Amino acid sequence: MEETKTAEPSRRDFLYVATVSVGAIGVALVAWPLIHQMNPDAAALALATTEVDISGIEPGMAVTVKWRGKPVFIRNRTDAEIAEARAVPLADLKDRDARNANLDGGADATDENRASGPDGRFLVMVGVCTHLGCVPLGEAGNFGGWFCPCHGSHYDTAGRIRTGPAPQNLEIPVLDFSDSMLRIG
Amino acid sequence: MDLHALTPYTPRSRPARWLERRLPIVGLVHSSFIAYPTPRNLNYWWTFGGILTFMLAVQIVTGVVLAMHYVPDATLAFDSVESIMRDVNYGWLIRYIHSNGASMFFIAVYIHMFRGLYYGSYKEPREVLWILGVILFLLMVATAFLGYVLPWGQMSFWAATVITNLFSAIPVIGEPITTWLWGGFSVDSPTLNRFFSLHYLLPFMIAGVVVLHIWALHVPGNNNPLGIQVKSRQDVLPFHPYYTSKDGFGLALFILLFAWFVFYQPNYLAHPDNYIPADPLQTPAHIVPEWYFLPFYAILRAIPDKLGGVIAFGGAIAVLFFVPWLDTSKVRSARFRPLYRQFFWILVATCIGLGYLGSQAPEGGYLLASRILTAYYFAHFLIIMPLLGFIEKPKPLPTSISQPVLTPGAAAAQAPPGAH
Ligand code: HEM
Ligand code: FES
Repeated sequence: MEETKTAEPSRRDFLYVATVSVGAIGVALVAWPLIHQMNPDAAALALATTEVDISGIEPGMAVTVKWRGKPVFIRNRTDAEIAEARAVPLADLKDRDARNANLDGGADATDENRASGPDGRFLVMVGVCTHLGCVPLGEAGNFGGWFCPCHGSHYDTAGRIRTGPAPQNLEIPVLDFSDSMLRIG
Repeated sequence: MDLHALTPYTPRSRPARWLERRLPIVGLVHSSFIAYPTPRNLNYWWTFGGILTFMLAVQIVTGVVLAMHYVPDATLAFDSVESIMRDVNYGWLIRYIHSNGASMFFIAVYIHMFRGLYYGSYKEPREVLWILGVILFLLMVATAFLGYVLPWGQMSFWAATVITNLFSAIPVIGEPITTWLWGGFSVDSPTLNRFFSLHYLLPFMIAGVVVLHIWALHVPGNNNPLGIQVKSRQDVLPFHPYYTSKDGFGLALFILLFAWFVFYQPNYLAHPDNYIPADPLQTPAHIVPEWYFLPFYAILRAIPDKLGGVIAFGGAIAVLFFVPWLDTSKVRSARFRPLYRQFFWILVATCIGLGYLGSQAPEGGYLLASRILTAYYFAHFLIIMPLLGFIEKPKPLPTSISQPVLTPGAAAAQAPPGAH
């Protein structure tokens, strides 16, 4: 076949680029449903809130409830635990972000910014280690808070990561306290 | 010399001639597995390729049968496996073959890989063959991990959680990827269901890559314990009956060991916690992966940083892809490499050591030791291998494969190193 060498793109070049572009868009349009089908479906999204009656949880008690398939720790802390958490200077923390979905991003990880409930006694957090997702054990570890047995992460009494491979404080989900009911999510 | 001229296939009957002109498949099998010219000096370390092919077939046959009784749903999976064990006719046998089969598969693949490292089988012209091997290993790792999740015991569930969370270490897109993998906000039924689908799929992809692997083997031909090129008709034997019988004997011994596990110690390599149904609210006190992942698990935990640990974990396998170019020595076989030979055994000991450390709690002395061994593992490939090619003085190579066999006294003649 004869090729004419011109600086101008030829009709053939145009058809080539146009065909490949349309083909690529077509492939992307088909690929997306095949990828997106794996994301949480409507049923998984519908189960996204949990309600708990917290009136029976006395100081020093903790309960674990299930929210979105994950454990949520609800702990009514003792005075000693609260005092201990408040005494920690921010500079000692590995992660200084409150990780609290109820506050604006970037809030400091002070105990006040992490605690919840009527007078800041409660600590409600997703009980999933921020390292690789194991469930930490309560009232354990070097800081009297939580200890993750999987790879050794220690959290303090405000659920903040102090030592170990976990990068972040335990996450605080969106919470809504009304009287004795707590809604998570 | 045309090695493929070793008794070529000639169809004798009319139907055979008819078929051969239309689809020369019998001729392909003949030239690949019957007349295929094979170095005459292969030892038993070369029988593991055949053993691996056998194990893939075992896993596919037993797996397809298990899938007839297994239910991939979080509320039913555990009970369906128990019913395979108690109710299904010979279900216990089929499941024990499949679960111990995975371990035997890994025993064979690790031997096969260390064989390649010892005899320099990854060197020119077998780089592609080696890379396909590393891909096969990756696919096996994925398949075994997905399969281990299916019985939905405590270890299954927490292995799935920890491993899928590795992706959350990726900055920015890590969280969406993890949610996408789960199909929810935690490991749950959707995760189990897709893992089952993929666990069914991957072995057939493995079978496809095995074909490429054997193709890439049959172009340059086998390496051999001397690591020197085949030079004459005298250096080779037809694959059948010489290596079909040698491979068959090796396989028989391997099956003996396999049967011993299946019939006498079926749970020796397993973990008792996996007979406890999955509980998303409680992690077992000691989670450990299956034995074949322990060295990699030790590397993951040795790094005190989440992303760093994940990178080291992936890097430990990824580094294998580059071995053909990291090894700068022209001499293939460690028999003629006095220094490499010693470092090879140190590497073997390092990997076993990492495996032991992976089973222990990551604290104190264990943690320190896993850091040292992790550093050594990478140093072996990234520092020692490249340097050895320059500082090591190889021993003289024999002039041909047949020479030491046919004239035993005259071994190791004057051929300068690298001249092969
Ligand atoms: C590369 C080959 C394969 C490997 C390495 C492999 C590995 C595994 C492993 C480690 C388990 C968990 C065993 C246990 O603890 O119970 C498992 C389970 C299972 N595999 Fe496979 N597998 C392979 C191929 C297949 C194939 C082709 C199928 C076909 C569908 C299959 C179907 C199953 C089923 C249904 C289970 C769950 C039942 C059980 O736990 O015993 N596997 N696999
Ligand atoms: S999952 Fe908690 S320390 Fe790794």
